[in-house]
Amino acid sequence: MSARVLVGVKRVIDYAVKIRVKPDNTGVVTDGVKHSMNPFCEIAVEEAVKLKEKKLIKEVVAVSCGPQQAQETIRTALAMGADRGIHVEVSGKDYDNLGPLQVSKILAALAKKEETSLIILGKQAIDDDCNQTGQMTAALLDWPQGTFASEVVLEGDKVKVIREIDGGLETVRLKMPAVITADLRLNTPRYATLPNIMKAKKKKIDVVKPGELGVDLTSHLEVLRVDEPPQRQAGMKVETVEELISRLKEAGRM
Amino acid sequence: MSLNRLVTLSRRVTWGSLIPLFGPNGKVVSNVQFRRLFRTQTPSLAFAKDLFLGKVNKAEVFPYPEISREELEEINQFVAPVEKFFSEDVDSQRIDREATIPPETLEGIKQLGLFGIQVPEEYGGLGLSNTMYARLGETTSLDGSIAVTLAAHQAIGLKGILIAGNEQQKAKYLPKLASGEHVAAFCLTEPGSGSDAASIQTRATLTEDGKHYLISGSKIWISNGGLADIFTVFARTAVVDKDGQKKDKITAFIVERAFGGVTSGKPEDKLGIRGSNTCEVLFENTKVPVENVIGEVGGGFKAAMNILNSGRFSMGSATAGMIKKLIELTAEYAATRKQFNRSISEFGMIQEKFALMAMNAFVMESMAYLTAGMMDKPGIPDCSVEAAMVKVFSSEGGWICVSEALQVLGGVGYMKSYPFERYLRDCRILLIFEGTNEILRMYIALTGMQHAGKILTGKIKEMKKGNIGVALQMFGKKLRDSISTKVDLGLTGKDGVVHPSLTESTKKLEENVHFFGNTVEGLLYRYGKTIVDEQMALKKVADVLINLYAMTAVLSRASRSISIGLRNHDHEVLLANTFCSDAYYKNNFLMTQLQKNAPENNDDSIKKIAKDVLAKRAYICSHPLDRTF
Repeated sequence: MSARVLVGVKRVIDYAVKIRVKPDNTGVVTDGVKHSMNPFCEIAVEEAVKLKEKKLIKEVVAVSCGPQQAQETIRTALAMGADRGIHVEVSGKDYDNLGPLQVSKILAALAKKEETSLIILGKQAIDDDCNQTGQMTAALLDWPQGTFASEVVLEGDKVKVIREIDGGLETVRLKMPAVITADLRLNTPRYATLPNIMKAKKKKIDVVKPGELGVDLTSHLEVLRVDEPPQRQAGMKVETVEELISRLKEAGRM
Repeated sequence: MSLNRLVTLSRRVTWGSLIPLFGPNGKVVSNVQFRRLFRTQTPSLAFAKDLFLGKVNKAEVFPYPEISREELEEINQFVAPVEKFFSEDVDSQRIDREATIPPETLEGIKQLGLFGIQVPEEYGGLGLSNTMYARLGETTSLDGSIAVTLAAHQAIGLKGILIAGNEQQKAKYLPKLASGEHVAAFCLTEPGSGSDAASIQTRATLTEDGKHYLISGSKIWISNGGLADIFTVFARTAVVDKDGQKKDKITAFIVERAFGGVTSGKPEDKLGIRGSNTCEVLFENTKVPVENVIGEVGGGFKAAMNILNSGRFSMGSATAGMIKKLIELTAEYAATRKQFNRSISEFGMIQEKFALMAMNAFVMESMAYLTAGMMDKPGIPDCSVEAAMVKVFSSEGGWICVSEALQVLGGVGYMKSYPFERYLRDCRILLIFEGTNEILRMYIALTGMQHAGKILTGKIKEMKKGNIGVALQMFGKKLRDSISTKVDLGLTGKDGVVHPSLTESTKKLEENVHFFGNTVEGLLYRYGKTIVDEQMALKKVADVLINLYAMTAVLSRASRSISIGLRNHDHEVLLANTFCSDAYYKNNFLMTQLQKNAPENNDDSIKKIAKDVLAKRAYICSHPLDRTF
């Protein structure tokens, strides 16, 4: 099996950081703020590396789209066990307008170029919460998709995916090549150990431009305004059900 | 005044002679050790020594040490998973409560590679520099017990093999130590020998066939004593001197638990760092092959001092990391807690505490990385005095800052459900282990004074030989000092090394350094070699020196920050200036106390009080309610 897996990793603001909106309301403050790999992307990398360790696939390629710093995220994926990385260089205005549609076009182009059997992505990014890239990529490639995966099993030229859906768990069998998006319970990502980070220094990261892949990055979306969520108001305690009803009526909620 | 000085210069001042060490009953116990300690120092004592002569060795400390872009990216990459591990997988409260580190946590730390940070790559370690080690220390210090376990293992436990071991020893032991398969411990302290490490009694006797040493003795307070498989043990060996005399000298050995005869006692129940294993280790005729001697037979004491000196500086960055975390936790509380209808962060006394914490963290970082940068320079510079200064400042600063942070939270800070009381308990040990602060102050003061003494003796010798030039030089200096008070050591101005916005603080530093040089000279004239016994004076000397080094470190760092435009550099300038101003006045007072017959000096009274109390071993005043009739 010469199976190659492409894993998308996104550099986002670290989950533990307190987000603040820029004074001009055009976005959030990113300058000097701690960034790290999107947690769902970590789970995706972990799954790919696990498949490689089980010798079910040959190579794991980590991909990230963004400015120079995106390479840090790729390095983390390499330290977790990916074999090589591809940095699609996007900066400035193009980066500000980079959304799921643009990224999925890039991933689709790369998948064809790199003869990929499987694309594993995180189900969504914790900064925009779009939950679209995986689905769009599959559509552009006309490949089957198994999203919100909580279990992935390779069976020859097919892949069985157990999906977490509202009603419970759904099992689908996809014919490869396919796109999978990772959900929380798929696995527990390993730590990038320091010795592995050192070994990862020797692994290659290729840099490509979107133009070279024939991808058009124009966005059809415009962010008008970003605001902080409304301040949480204090609640109030009531003693009896009657009081609850009267208060709700007062507030115009009934 | 100056003429009188010339006359008194004819008095002989000798140095480099034996310095007596006093045992418990006031008798001279040994004369040898201090001499060996000083005379075997390599001549290139980095920066501090020149301060004792009233000079600033600019080249050593300006500009502030830098690492390459690649190294910076690499260290940031390293820090990320370690931080994540410590914030998600380390339950410090549980470790403290159960007085042990859970095996899964220890395993996770081993897998991260934290057991072999400075072991060279060829032996399976990470091969990182002192600077990188200090940086990682900022993160591992988030849990005191883990930090001490790691330090006991690699900063001292296996360090002997690393810096003084031969190829075979390194190849045999380092790989398993780097992976954490084997844990190391450093066995020096005994029930009767703590600060007086040279007086240890553990013996190593050579067997008939000359192939093994049999080691017997007991060691106490050994960190990792219960977990370790490899011990660096210090024991007395009979050695024949080059004069043919039989002497008892200390030798360092690599001892494996597997050699037999090694028993560890039960873990000590400690105030803090409760998760770190500390116990007695007994050696009963443990058979150690002669190949396991580290370095030379009889060279153990020097090895021990080198080992301890090499790891000390990292306490600066570790404590800074802890204070930075505390500032976050405390500020969160201060901003939201309201009393008297105002947020407590608006009150002056609370604000003072935050400024104190910020300044301390700033100084500790600056000193630690300056020292680490000096140590990372090629050629092995001896930064033992600088490292000692970092340790003293950080341990005491850390203790005060944790206490103040707890105070901000008031009653809440006192509760076990918050981490502050644990940080406080964990911090207390910093002033005690790795060389008590008292011993380190003596070391700092005496090493410098010895250097100054040598130079001074040299000059006097020259004058006695009739070298008019030297005499005139010294006379001229005294004259200049008595006429004007302006000092210029070349740090500011056209060829200056500090940024213009730090000029005022730098002038304060230069003034302090100049006055310090004079003070040291005065002390040497007044006491000669008996200065060794004047601990209270030496304490003040050490305190001034520590402040001078701290001021130098912050000025160097802030200069660089401004010059390259680091984020928030104006805040750094504020911190630097405030600290220097504070330290300047403290130094002036300390040095005033050190002048001859200074009325500000209460040392004689203090000695008398202590004598009275210790004679009766109790408080001797009559009760205030007592009557005589």
